[in-house]
Amino acid sequence: MLLEVRGLRKVYQGKERQVEAIRDLTFGVDAGDLVCLVGPSGCGKTTLLKCIAGLLTPTSGEALLDGRRVSGPPPGMAVVFQEYGRSLFPWMSVRDNVELPLRQKKLPRATRRSLVDDALSAVGLGDTHDAYPWQLSGGMQQRVAIARAVAYQPDVLLMDEPFAAVDAQTRADLEDLIRDLWHKLAVTILFVTHDIDEAVYLGQRVIVLSSSPTVVREDVDIDLPDARDQLHTRSDSRFTELRSHIYAQIQAAKRESTPGSTDAARDTDLAKQVLQ
Amino acid sequence: MKAVLGLLGLAGLLVLVEVLPYLGLVPADFLPPTHRIASALAGEVGDSGFWQALWDTLVAWAIGLAIAVVAGVVAGIVIGTVPGLRAVTASTIEFLRPIPSVALIPLAVLMYGTELQSTLLLVVYASFWQVLIQVLYGVQDVDPVADETARSYGLGLWARIRYVLWPTALPYVMTGVRLAAAVALVLAITAELVIGAPGLGSRIAVAQASNAIPDMYALVAVTGLLGVAINLGARRVERWLLRWHQSVRGEVVV
Repeated sequence: MLLEVRGLRKVYQGKERQVEAIRDLTFGVDAGDLVCLVGPSGCGKTTLLKCIAGLLTPTSGEALLDGRRVSGPPPGMAVVFQEYGRSLFPWMSVRDNVELPLRQKKLPRATRRSLVDDALSAVGLGDTHDAYPWQLSGGMQQRVAIARAVAYQPDVLLMDEPFAAVDAQTRADLEDLIRDLWHKLAVTILFVTHDIDEAVYLGQRVIVLSSSPTVVREDVDIDLPDARDQLHTRSDSRFTELRSHIYAQIQAAKRESTPGSTDAARDTDLAKQVLQ
Repeated sequence: MKAVLGLLGLAGLLVLVEVLPYLGLVPADFLPPTHRIASALAGEVGDSGFWQALWDTLVAWAIGLAIAVVAGVVAGIVIGTVPGLRAVTASTIEFLRPIPSVALIPLAVLMYGTELQSTLLLVVYASFWQVLIQVLYGVQDVDPVADETARSYGLGLWARIRYVLWPTALPYVMTGVRLAAAVALVLAITAELVIGAPGLGSRIAVAQASNAIPDMYALVAVTGLLGVAINLGARRVERWLLRWHQSVRGEVVV
């Protein structure tokens, strides 16, 4: 198992009260898998991802990459954030944005150059090297962020609701791009989303999370054929079944925690603000 | 259109100064008409002493500003990035910052007499705070997502300062530099005027003492022009350095 989360718990310590964002999460992702995480809003998906990425320290439990405990951002892991506009650096051209992590890896210039070129053409942006990110549309900016992750040649790619801020058509294109890159690069992907359709369409497995304080509610195998396309896959009856099943799970998750659910969602938001 | 109106206003001022002494509203001894100031200015321009004074002022200004900017940036980044340092230094900064630089004139004279260092002490003290305060604001403005991105790609502290913190703080730094450049000129002239260190300020004092009133006005006008030139230059550098920034690039049609 390449990526493992064991008994992970995260409690935000505010000034006056503490908020338990994640209670107890355990799951694993095999090398080469594409796994989606879905859950009701405010269930701590982003918190979980940041713990795995080494950007937050879990209160207890651990995340393991290749058997090694994550204590800071591990090499071999790249993160694509939802807020592409803030994650790309406006003071750097597209090329420099993609190249910066490679410089930190101390790769020789020629290698960097070819990695940047390959990554940008892989995401369909072969001719925007010299543009600044803010000169591009939202969808193109997120492609640049994906290219930056691809050029980094990670073993694991973490994606935090990467398409939540783009329009529906761009979103469909980007979903296909991810499937395509995953096939080509044999990278392991953990994809967090609140969109059930997206999770079923993309994943081999979908892990359904409960409301906060979060536990794994169900681990669903997506037994759809490997070749997927927006038109046929989405009208497949199995797709509809899976989608309805997960939808029901999430609705149930929301209901079960009704007494405190809105409160819990607000608490995690509050805790995020406190910590930022 | 805006430039035309601006020039029109300036011409109006020149005309006003020309006619005021003739109307007897102010004595011509204290405010000579424009044409006499202009001819005094022409005389100054032909005098090598004037150029030496201008050079001295510019050197004091430039060295003082450079020291203040470097010190302000380094101090700002250190205070802003070392946890806890900001809280420790805040009260001291708030105490030292409002002390007017001119209050240090006796100290400057005591330490350096009428040397260049006297002027530098005042210039650096006044401009340093302008830069420091802006850098402190700039350091706070780092976007958490940008910082997390940098960390997730394994950028260390130094790389994050260079590639994330510095560009984020740069618009603030440039504002600080622009303010500091103006303040530095004020203090350079003040120091020369009061202490007598060589420069335009002491030349103004000499002109006044020897009753060369039109020359005095001509030199005052030169300091004004210098201020305008410094501000324009600073803005131009700012626009070039921040061409990627929202405030400069404007709205982009995507």
